[in-house]
This record gives sequence, C-alpha cells and structure tokens, in this order.
Amino acid sequence: MEMTEAIVRAASAVGAGLSMIAGIGPGIGQGYAAGKAAEAVGRQPEAKGDITSTMLFGCAVAESTGIYGLVVAMILLFANPLIK
Amino acid sequence: MNVKGPEILFEIPVLGGIPITETIFNGWLVVAAISIVCFFLGRNLSVRNPSKRQIVAEKLVLTLSGLVENTMGKNNMFFLPYIGALFSYSILSSLSGLLGLRAPTGDINTTVGFALIAFFLIQFFNIKNKGVLGWLKGFTEPVAFLTPLNIISEIANPISMAFRHFGNIASGIVITGLIYGALAGLSKVVLGWIPVIGSIPFLQAGLPAILSIYFDVFTSFLQAYIISMLTMVYVGSANEANQ
Repeated sequence: MEMTEAIVRAASAVGAGLSMIAGIGPGIGQGYAAGKAAEAVGRQPEAKGDITSTMLFGCAVAESTGIYGLVVAMILLFANPLIK
Repeated sequence: MNVKGPEILFEIPVLGGIPITETIFNGWLVVAAISIVCFFLGRNLSVRNPSKRQIVAEKLVLTLSGLVENTMGKNNMFFLPYIGALFSYSILSSLSGLLGLRAPTGDINTTVGFALIAFFLIQFFNIKNKGVLGWLKGFTEPVAFLTPLNIISEIANPISMAFRHFGNIASGIVITGLIYGALAGLSKVVLGWIPVIGSIPFLQAGLPAILSIYFDVFTSFLQAYIISMLTMVYVGSANEANQ
C-alpha cells in the first residue's frame, strides 16, 4: 500500500513537471505577437497606445492554454485527486 | 514551502455553520475599501469650482465610461456600473496580496463567480434578443451536426475566463512562496554557521520585492483589464441587436 502511494506521488510530481511543457506554446505565441507589435510600432509610432493594449489583450487570451497546463500542475501538486 | 489554499477563519453559526474563508473575509475588506474610497470621492461635488478630489473622480469615471462606450456601444452604457465594480474589485483584490493578505482572486471560487455572471448575462441577452427558439436554433448553426461543438465552446468560455484570472494570480502566489522558501534555504547555507545571525533569512529582503512588481502589480492591472474587457466583448456581442 505504501509502495503504491509512493509511486502515485512520484508519478504526480513528474506529471506536474510534464504538464508545464504546455508553457512552450504561449511562449512562442506571445513572443510572435510582441515581435509583430514592435514592427507595428516601428511603422506607426503614433498608434503606440492602441497597439500595446491590443497586444496585451491578445497575449492574455493566447495565454489560456499555458494556464490550463499550470492548473493541471497545481492540481497534481496541491490537490491531488489520486491520493486519498 | 509555504503554499496553501485559503484557510477557514471562522464559521457563522447559521444553517449548520457557514464557513468564512480568507477569500470571503478579504473580499469584505476590499468591498469596504472600495465603498470608503467611492464615498469620499463622491462627496461635495460642485460644477463651478471642482476640487482636486473631484477632478480625480471625474477622470476615473470618464476613462471607464469611454472604455465601455468604445467596446460595447452607446446603448449598452447601463453596464458601466457592473464593469466598474468588476474592475475595481478584481484589481483591489489582486493588489491586496501586496499587503500580505491572501488575494481573493487567487481562489478559483471568486473568478468562477466573475465568469458565471458573464456566462448568464450572455445567455440572458441571447434569449432576450433572439427568443428561446432562436437561441436554441443558434446552437445548430451553421450545420446541425456541429451542435455538440457549439455547446462545448459556449461552456469553454467561462471556464477559460475563470482559469486565466485564477491561474495568473495563483501562479504569482506559488512562485513567491517558492522563492521565499529557496531564499531561506540559501541564506541558511551561506550564513547558517553563525549562531544568532544565521537564523535570520537575510536574503529574503530585496529580491522578492522586485519580482512582486511583475507578479503582483503588473499582473493585477492586466488581469483586471482582461476580465472586464472579455466580459464587455462577450456580453456586448450577445446584446448586439441593441446597438
């Protein structure tokens, strides 16, 4: 019984780490958006305010997949349903 | 490592005991703070010679109403009080983490509450503008066999809104806790051999403050802006016929 729980705990910790691989996608996406925003500011410096707020909004929406990974990791670490 | 969920502070002895968590209690504090600020900003207003306080209040209200008008249109201006309440509650809740309180928005229940209000507003305005049959028919568009996907995407909206806000604030709490733990361990390694001074985690001063500028201040502003913006966009597009 203890052995089983130890395996479940270890696997949960590994799984929490693996689930944070989901951070790659938003990282690439937000970097791309920020790069495009920098280009846009270079082309039209007078629209800087609009561009920045649009970029931040888009970044925050693009972030949600990474946040799902984070939520899975936090459930595995702090509120594990597999351990009674 | 000191990363915990909200603790139950006390119970109200009604209906078999209603547990009051840190989330609810800090939420009350935030509401009290907002009420006091609004009360003081709204007193002694005059048209002829406005005081400095009145100019601040007018600037805040005009900024917010401009944002709502640009995003939702002139006919949806009756949402202004709700958006203002959502924004101020969200931002002050997140910023209350700076005072050492546990941020109410770092609890999934708060953000699910925000998201459910938006969800029911969207469905209410869809039903109001299209009628019950039109609302149901909207799920079968463009093709009937896409109905399950439409229903899932409708449910996914509030879930992603809630998780986004919760995840950003809670990840700040978790990372701050991890860094405090790591710095305590590190200062023990560096100066732990000195009898009295070694027990003081001196490395905890300084570095967490810099990180909390990003994790607390920037994220709080951004997430409050995002959740009110998303609420405005979704509800505004559901109430498009009114525009």
